Amino acid sequence: MSVSEARHPARFGEFEAIVQSFERAGGDPALLRSPKVVSLVISGNRVLGANEVAGVHVEAQEFDRGVRIKLFVEPGTRLETPAHLCFGVIPAEGVQEIRPEFDIGEGARAKFIAHCTFPNALQVKHLMEAKIHVGRDAEMKYSETHYHGESGGVEVIPKAEVRVDEGGRFASEFALTTGRVGKLAFDYVVDVAARGLAELVVKAYGYGDDAISVKETIRLNGEQARGLAKSRIAVRDQATSEVVGTTEGNAPYARGHVDCIEIVRDQAVANAIPVVRVRDDRAYVTHEAAIGTVNKKELETLMARGLDEEEAVDVIIRGMLGG
Amino acid sequence: MRNDYLLQIEDLHLQREGRQILRRVHLTVAPKQVFGLLGLNGSGKSSLAYTLMGCAGYAPQQGRILFAGQDITPLPITQRARLGLTLAWQEPARFEGLKVRDYLALGMREPSQERMEEALEAVALSPSAYLSRPVNETLSGGERKRIELASVYAMHPRLAILDEPDSGIDVLSLDDVGHLIRRMATEGTSVLLITHRDEMVPVADVAALMCEGEIVRVGDPEEVRRHYARRCRPCEVAEAVEGARAYERF
Repeated sequence: MSVSEARHPARFGEFEAIVQSFERAGGDPALLRSPKVVSLVISGNRVLGANEVAGVHVEAQEFDRGVRIKLFVEPGTRLETPAHLCFGVIPAEGVQEIRPEFDIGEGARAKFIAHCTFPNALQVKHLMEAKIHVGRDAEMKYSETHYHGESGGVEVIPKAEVRVDEGGRFASEFALTTGRVGKLAFDYVVDVAARGLAELVVKAYGYGDDAISVKETIRLNGEQARGLAKSRIAVRDQATSEVVGTTEGNAPYARGHVDCIEIVRDQAVANAIPVVRVRDDRAYVTHEAAIGTVNKKELETLMARGLDEEEAVDVIIRGMLGG
Repeated sequence: MRNDYLLQIEDLHLQREGRQILRRVHLTVAPKQVFGLLGLNGSGKSSLAYTLMGCAGYAPQQGRILFAGQDITPLPITQRARLGLTLAWQEPARFEGLKVRDYLALGMREPSQERMEEALEAVALSPSAYLSRPVNETLSGGERKRIELASVYAMHPRLAILDEPDSGIDVLSLDDVGHLIRRMATEGTSVLLITHRDEMVPVADVAALMCEGEIVRVGDPEEVRRHYARRCRPCEVAEAVEGARAYERF
């Protein structure tokens, strides 16, 4: 279906349910209704609302398990207000496959904020397979925040193949810190051309028997390309996490860094595998990974202000995940 | 014995990893008093601070700590803090993602913008420039120290242990620290000021000198300062008989 047909009266109730869930998670519902803001609201495999503005084109096509999306930002366009994408599954069970293609034209600049909400999930699978192209000297920022319930019944599989052209900039931040993670299998691969920049940040907080898997790969293929693969993970109870952060320096003067911090509590288990690979002797790629319990000095500092241990741990973890 | 002291330390002994860190420590701090504890690096001052605060690994083997008449020796840090005792660390921790505003608010019973601004101004930091900054590695050592002091001031504790509040702060700013300490006392907070800089001692009402884990002299700050300056800086004993007890005591 086309975007213009999306706001069908029969779907209005479902639209309102998603918007309410978005609002409970801290979002401003006016953004999803404003004609001045690029927006797209999808529940399950149904497109409930969409809006375009000058220079930005949105196409959404429903299929049995989800929605294919094309988002095109014309060359030179400066999107002053971020585009809001709201994906959700309101029922307790369901599958949602989002297959977006982003194309950011030469010299364009755009920010996308995706809100993914599964408040009642007992058995929900949310899969995103994105293809992203950031044109020459263009800039794209993509932020995806998840709001889950407490059942742990969500499986989230965000995958992206990103191509950043010469002088382009791509920054992604994925956060799953509200509610149970369930199962997360994050997998982004970014190819960066000369003078391009890529930053990947993943933040997740797992508990119960949540399972977190994060793969961030940045291939710095052009001269002076730069990249940062950063992850901040906290796990407690019996939760598990594994982070594989890979940065390749494949061209002269490419600069990359892998930065992973994981906090482990209770019987949780965390793994970190930073991979740095250099194919050009003028490239420079570094990594740092730290896994452990909460820093004792930070903990005692907060306790000396009157917080009990659990409160102090929470402040430290929330700070790490929010910062 | 007087029972109107805020803090009484009785015969405190601390051993860590087979080493005797504190020995026979007796010390009293009165309400609204600034008590200066002088000593060279490694003399046990910070260990005493951690022991008083109840930090992990600093449980004394002997002796007790009374706070407002209550034996707090077995209490964990949080309970000590909730009784009104706190510590400003010599090298304060840094917190990823935590803003100065949130950090200051943590210890305040009723957080208020006014008190936070007052606390930052008390350490000569501009509230508009600092309240929204993260308490992380983007702050210099001196800035972080000032924010630590501001946090303690904002908390308005009954007793503040300030561990080397003057270290990492330039000489010109020592007056700021001194004024803050006096201001805290005026506003009802007792201060245990730990320092190895004798310039700070005039701020104190009473001073003591610590050497090899023992309090070796207590009294008038100026007299203690002179003794420290004359006999301890440079330390005549540490080089000559490192680790030994067989030297003439002051």
